[in-house]
Amino acid sequence: MTPPRRHGTPDLVFTDDGPLLVRGPVVVELPDGSRVRSDRPVSALCLCRRTRRPPFCDTSHRRKVREGER
Amino acid sequence: MNRPELPAARGLLSEAVLAFLRGELLGLAVAEEAEAADPWGEDLQLALYCCYELHYRGFADVPDDLEWNPDLLGARAGMERAFLAALRAEVPDGDAAKSDAAKSDAAELADVIDALLVEPVDAHGVSHHLRRDGEVWQVREYVAHRSLYHLKEADPQAWVIARLDGPAKAALVTVEHDEYGGGDPARMHAHLFAEMMRSLDLDATYGAYLDAAPAPVLAEVNLMSLCGLHRSLRGALVGQFATVELTSSPGSDRIVRAMRRLGLPEQAVEFYAEHVEADAVHEQLVRRGVIAPMVAAEPELARDIVFGIRASTLLADRTDAMLLRSWGSGRSALRRPLADSPA
Repeated sequence: MTPPRRHGTPDLVFTDDGPLLVRGPVVVELPDGSRVRSDRPVSALCLCRRTRRPPFCDTSHRRKVREGER
Repeated sequence: MNRPELPAARGLLSEAVLAFLRGELLGLAVAEEAEAADPWGEDLQLALYCCYELHYRGFADVPDDLEWNPDLLGARAGMERAFLAALRAEVPDGDAAKSDAAKSDAAELADVIDALLVEPVDAHGVSHHLRRDGEVWQVREYVAHRSLYHLKEADPQAWVIARLDGPAKAALVTVEHDEYGGGDPARMHAHLFAEMMRSLDLDATYGAYLDAAPAPVLAEVNLMSLCGLHRSLRGALVGQFATVELTSSPGSDRIVRAMRRLGLPEQAVEFYAEHVEADAVHEQLVRRGVIAPMVAAEPELARDIVFGIRASTLLADRTDAMLLRSWGSGRSALRRPLADSPA
């Protein structure tokens, strides 16, 4: 993360290609009202809505390629 | 703390190192044997692994002080030279490795990282095989192989902490803290791995599968120990760490699916399920938090990070090929097959 020092280290970081990074343990409420807790020092919340482990990122946002396209 | 038994020798070099560790020799001079040995072979990789193990937990009945014995360090240095030379021969370094010689090291690093961040849909790695067609004995063999690293998960990378500064250090420690369970020993990744082993009826004792593990698996752990113990290779260590963290999430997901398809216990699934989520975070932290500030502060490290990424990818591919080759011909990939492995 590249923190703008004048404001200190950010608690939330929007990545350009993937999840929203959230600092500290968090409790997240889902649309159905259920709650999920993450005790990680940093959690990655899915923004692309393709994750199979909502609300957390599972890298499903990654670009899929065929061999040879790499 | 449980200390593993010494393994059985696999050749002249490992026999000499093991005899010295058992206290049967007054001195150890194996420079010639180390140079003559195949750097990818069973003998050198096991001997090197044993030298490194003294820096982790040591061995039962081997004096702790041998960790800094000059004869052993000399022998280790000879093997490290051979291993590094073999890696550098396979992993082109510097301008020769670039598609475009005018490209800066930082641009090359960005390209190498980008290549790790795409998901090939038609790949044929071990996790793809396990997800589609893997059998229970293959999952158990896979876990036995991986135990050489995962029972010391995050330990080799902890050595690099003192060699970093500022934001890179803080971010790497954040990842390591998560690997060590965020303060909860029951959530330590090495502990989750041991729980998985037990639920798969494998021996979770540290070092239990050392005699069973073939050279390609030892080489992967040896690369981490080599780069972790040498400050001059700190860039390569970070490259190795990045490779694991960037590629582990989708691979772990495939193993979760393999285990569920095979009806294995939820306790077994937990380790890889945790890694899908954890490594999606770690990927971001390693790229943005560790590598970006490291290269900004010391641009000359970009080349070493690229080397670490390429070397660990090469070794992971060699292990994959070894496993698939053995399993493809209906054979165990372990030197000592498990009870349910084919002979």
